[in-house]
Amino acid sequence: MYRFALLGNPNSGKTTLFNSLTGSTAHVGNWPGVTVDKREGIYKKLAEPIAIVDLPGIYSLSPYTSEEVIARNYVLDEKPDCVINIIDATNLERNLYLTTQLMEIDVPVVIALNMMDAVEKRGDSIDAKELEKRLGVPVVKISALKETGLDKLMERAYAVSKVERKGVTVIEETALKHLISDIKIALEGQGVDNPLFHAVKLAELDELEVLMHKDTVNMIEAFKKQYHNDTFGDDYEALIADGRYKYITKYFSPTIKRKNEEKFIVTPSDKADRVLTHKIWGIPIFLMILFLIFHLTFSENLFFLGGLFNGKVAFSGTAFEGVFLSESGINSIGVLFGNLVESLTNLLSSVIRSILPADSWATGLICDGVLGGIFAIFSFLPQILILFLFFSILEDSGYMARIAFILDRALRKFGLSGRAFLPMIMGFGCSVPAMINTRTLADEKEKIATVRVIPFFSCGAKLPILTAVSGAIVSSFGVANVDLITYSMYLVGIITALVTVILMRSTSLKGDTPPFIMELPAYHKPQPKNLAILLWDKAEHFIKKAFTIILASTIVVWFISHFSFSWEFLSDAEIDGSILANIGKFLQPIFTPLGFGSQLNSNGWVFIVAAITGLIAKENVISTFGTLAACINVAIAGSGDSGVASVVAMISGTGITVPALLSFIAFNMTTVPCFAAVAAAKGEMPTRLHYKMTLLFWIITSYIVSSAIYLIGTFWWTAFICLTAFIVLCLCIKLHNNRKDKRGAEN
Amino acid sequence: MTKTLDKFSIGESGVVVKVDGERKIKRRLYDMGITNGAEVYLRKKAPLGDPIEISVRSYELSLRKSEAACVTVEVKHV
Repeated sequence: MYRFALLGNPNSGKTTLFNSLTGSTAHVGNWPGVTVDKREGIYKKLAEPIAIVDLPGIYSLSPYTSEEVIARNYVLDEKPDCVINIIDATNLERNLYLTTQLMEIDVPVVIALNMMDAVEKRGDSIDAKELEKRLGVPVVKISALKETGLDKLMERAYAVSKVERKGVTVIEETALKHLISDIKIALEGQGVDNPLFHAVKLAELDELEVLMHKDTVNMIEAFKKQYHNDTFGDDYEALIADGRYKYITKYFSPTIKRKNEEKFIVTPSDKADRVLTHKIWGIPIFLMILFLIFHLTFSENLFFLGGLFNGKVAFSGTAFEGVFLSESGINSIGVLFGNLVESLTNLLSSVIRSILPADSWATGLICDGVLGGIFAIFSFLPQILILFLFFSILEDSGYMARIAFILDRALRKFGLSGRAFLPMIMGFGCSVPAMINTRTLADEKEKIATVRVIPFFSCGAKLPILTAVSGAIVSSFGVANVDLITYSMYLVGIITALVTVILMRSTSLKGDTPPFIMELPAYHKPQPKNLAILLWDKAEHFIKKAFTIILASTIVVWFISHFSFSWEFLSDAEIDGSILANIGKFLQPIFTPLGFGSQLNSNGWVFIVAAITGLIAKENVISTFGTLAACINVAIAGSGDSGVASVVAMISGTGITVPALLSFIAFNMTTVPCFAAVAAAKGEMPTRLHYKMTLLFWIITSYIVSSAIYLIGTFWWTAFICLTAFIVLCLCIKLHNNRKDKRGAEN
Repeated sequence: MTKTLDKFSIGESGVVVKVDGERKIKRRLYDMGITNGAEVYLRKKAPLGDPIEISVRSYELSLRKSEAACVTVEVKHV
């Protein structure tokens, strides 16, 4: 099968083009670097099916970030039949810089000129025919979003893929041209593929090439002794980059006809930026937006208008009681849809229960085990989706990239760049893509530190834990409101991340603060199509997961909670003697300092087993609660409650305190994440030792953070002890580092 | 008159005449289009004055003052 690769700058619309060509639903964002791994799909509208490979977005084929290396090695080693080079027409010069490097490789190339509509909107135009003539490869105008010009693009790509193309270079500097052609001849003699590309990179003394062709390096060194450029001396990397841009401005830029010759005009983006990245208001506005998002997703008292309704409950006495308006106030959209789903699942499970014969173990398995578990998490799907939608809007609009810009100064103190903020925020959706996104970070130590703290940015799967447990706190202890607890727990996660990053960056992962040179994409209206794709994807993923991993886990949990070690079947009332309860009780003492260990009453083990099943998938924590609550509540009170209400009842029945519940949330948020995230982290760690240390880091951090929350919440004066211990730790590290620095200076 | 990019105030523009600094940073600056002859314009500074946002080759780029200090610019007089 023919393989066409998509290559282009970050944020040039590559992933949108990939989705339009293959009908697939890959994640699209408005910040540079959303695609960091290669991805494949099939284009079917030509005579034969064609595999389309989406490569990470890069600015150059230099060897400094792992995404550049991935893209470069793919084109060089896998030899695609054609490279479709997608170019953001609003930003022709910088995009063509990559093209001039790509042209040096012996591979057929087609240029896809994207975002022409934005160029025309400005009143400018680009002479594509002239550009094609000057580049020597086909140029096709397309709109990846509106799906125009795609068929023509693919036809031309198909045509050129049948013709061999030899690399050409735009380097015109005479002396350098000689050097490159000499190296090229030497490489050809050695039978190296793509000799021109390697020759140019060798002249730059590119780190990867120098390792590959050690014998040719002498040639360059000898040449350098003879030839010095007036401006650049023997910095050929500078000379070549300069040569490329000179050529572009001389030959390609004239194909643009500008309506407005003024180069630096005020765009609508600038006007928005004046407010959003304001000197003083920028950060408060960001915090307000975050709070509003959480408020709209979690609040049961929207805009704090509850007082106006005097505890009235809408649709009292119907199945929709309290869906829109509850005792505490108007429900936010998140809670509203969550309640709707809960009403529906409750209805469904009571129907199913009435059909099945009572008192058989199969009924128990289906109703308590499976439905109790899965339905307990289903009512959180709307909140997960809504939170995800808000974050996608922020991302798609280009606001997130601005936040990186605003926060860089602050993050620098923690030894990170503003760039690291992007994968961290992505962690609110799901840790797995966030960890993979850390490949955009050029500094390895920064990358390791970022991967380790990503799970502390509580993901969608941890949301049910947050909401259900906060719900239990509110309804059983009558404190605060759900959104406030949720918001502060998210903050606890963020603070933990920042503190641990500082600690790591000043101990095991010491290093200079990495550079922050980042493109700020123009604001654009979020694309409803993109958002719909994203939400659908997320929902599909959730449902798939619910009916596979989580379903399997609930069944296992139900079985081992209904069998004793001697394989006797136990009724709901005898759950105390089950395998699961015994495992839980065995491990209980470990969790005593955290507040949910041995100090609880006979059913306290549920917290331990829930946290353990959470290691597989974090949704399991609440689904396990759901399964167990269905059994335990029947045993205790004989109540027929199902879903979240029964989980809340069971939690309050264990004699647990508020600080212990908060500690439980924090533990699940900061401990070893789910299987998928652990695997992703393993993939991003440079060595096995780093990976093992990462696991250890998660265990220790969660243990310390949770026990501190429990201790301080229970005995307020322990705050001083914790603080002192922390300060002493910081001082020790500082003293140790100072001494080391001194020794380093002496040497 | 020449000065380094980190010394620019908002609204100033000029033409790049020299890029120095550590190899990796230099390469990154080149790749982003900051080469000799490129016109740059200081758009904005982040709260606390750092990082800065510039326009170069008709797009917006953000970089830190420490990185901007590697770029020497011939200031354009208005």
